[in-house]
Amino acid sequence: MAFKLWASSAANALKISCNGARAPLLPAFSISRCFSSVLDGLKYSNSHEWVKHEGSVATVGITDHAQGHLGEVVFVELPESGTSVSKGAGFGAVESVKATSDVNSPISGEVIEVNTKLSETPGLINSSPYEDGWMIKVKPSRPAELDSLMGSKEYTKFCEEEDAHH
Amino acid sequence: MRGGALWQLGQSLTRRLSHSHPHRSNKHRSFAAAAGELKKTVLHDFHVENGGKMVPFAGWSMPIQYKDSIMDSTINCRENGSLFDVSHMCGLSLMGKDCVPFLERLVIADVAGLKPGTGTLTVFTNERGGAIDDSVITKVSDDLIYLVVNAGCRDKDLAHIGSHMEAFKAKGGDVNWHIHDERSLLALQGPLAAPVLQHLTKDDLSKIYFGEFRKLDINGSHCFLTRTGYTGEDGFEISVPSENAVDLAKAILEKSEGKVRLTGLGARDSLRLEAALCLYGNDMEQHVTPIEAGLTWAIGKRRRVEGGFLGADVILKQLEEGPAVRRAGFFSSGPPPRGHSEILSSSGEKIGEVTSGGFSPCLKKNIAMGYVKTGYHKLGTEVKIVIRGKSNDGVVTKMPFVPTKYYKP
Repeated sequence: MAFKLWASSAANALKISCNGARAPLLPAFSISRCFSSVLDGLKYSNSHEWVKHEGSVATVGITDHAQGHLGEVVFVELPESGTSVSKGAGFGAVESVKATSDVNSPISGEVIEVNTKLSETPGLINSSPYEDGWMIKVKPSRPAELDSLMGSKEYTKFCEEEDAHH
Repeated sequence: MRGGALWQLGQSLTRRLSHSHPHRSNKHRSFAAAAGELKKTVLHDFHVENGGKMVPFAGWSMPIQYKDSIMDSTINCRENGSLFDVSHMCGLSLMGKDCVPFLERLVIADVAGLKPGTGTLTVFTNERGGAIDDSVITKVSDDLIYLVVNAGCRDKDLAHIGSHMEAFKAKGGDVNWHIHDERSLLALQGPLAAPVLQHLTKDDLSKIYFGEFRKLDINGSHCFLTRTGYTGEDGFEISVPSENAVDLAKAILEKSEGKVRLTGLGARDSLRLEAALCLYGNDMEQHVTPIEAGLTWAIGKRRRVEGGFLGADVILKQLEEGPAVRRAGFFSSGPPPRGHSEILSSSGEKIGEVTSGGFSPCLKKNIAMGYVKTGYHKLGTEVKIVIRGKSNDGVVTKMPFVPTKYYKP
């Protein structure tokens, strides 16, 4: 998921219009933010989505770390039930005051439910990223994909390292 | 859908930064490397101490936000006040008995008609009538003009002004300039701006109205004060000797008892968008005329008759015949529109493009500005705004989106 833009002020400075082209990711912040929570029992992707697998259902959302960096979420775009999603591909978008970002699915499968509360209350992603702010429920087509995702310890370390780089 | 990491805030900033240096490789660079090339204002360490998240901006390391969220920061500016470090912007003085006729060749304003000590927003135009930059200019006296130009336009503006100045002087004109690199610039905005600043100066601020300029003593240093800003609120831009800038910033925050807060570029962008102020590079560019941008009011009456500025033929013709496209404001449903979102008519014809958009922290809904074909700019016109392939309802709305509160007599 890429931040398409946060604030158009940048263009002012740089006299360049944003054309939506992909670009190398450059860190923006010089300070680290390592205060976000990471839950045990979930699996995490390196694009900061979480997945909770229970029986034949995998619930997907974005992590506390991600929502903290995004700031207040003002709009959430979700797929419809029945849509298929694939691991690593975008299924929706999260808009904050400063940025647009696409959200990737950490797992392949069919969307069986979406969190309709998010259309009225997108801020649930900020206030409760792992519970009320869940985004979609997926019936996994390849449950083995879960094994390639990070566990809580690994993800915590991943965030720390990523922040340290920045 | 785009891939990549969710949280890469400021990516587009840095993307633009890397685009602006096309000779550099697009390899993943570390912040440290990027930071090494960035200029720092004298307040840099002060920002960091106060939780400022520093990002590259126009070649400077500037705070995008502090501890408050952009939403809270934006609202606090309108309810209490904001202090911005805008020292990256370029202040300059034009001196000499011919400085007014000189500047009038480059801008659309009636500079001669300005009362000494007053100023206006203006546009530097090119031969095609397009905007080179926008700027707030002040006629301090008949032989002294003070102006501030955008950080990102500094080099091209100075080259433009400089080359015209050389030609002007070669013909015997008396004009010189001084670039105020020895000064820093703070913007104090919001309802508490005047009461707080009044604690720090003996001059009566109630006598200085919107657009007016004074040289005066503030917090013990010799400052240039302009009652202006980029938020739609009452407020000031204070040019202060750089060695006194941190003390002044601290004094302002202290006198406000914490109500005026340090505010970063993120909220500054939300504030100016709510006030429907153009951002050069987004809402105004080399090919956009002041008429199209809705800045006809900034063309002095005398200038409409006499012309005499670059691109006057194009601009005066547009004034007569009307422009083909115009800047308009929109409310919309769905995701917040961003720059380059397509605008369609209700029948699906492409009529324009969004140039700035986002979620308004004060109105709690989407706002956007963009250019549409003349006719579709009328208030109440229903449009569609296309975001990620989906059409969303929009309607042409009056600007500014949030009422301005300038201090006027």
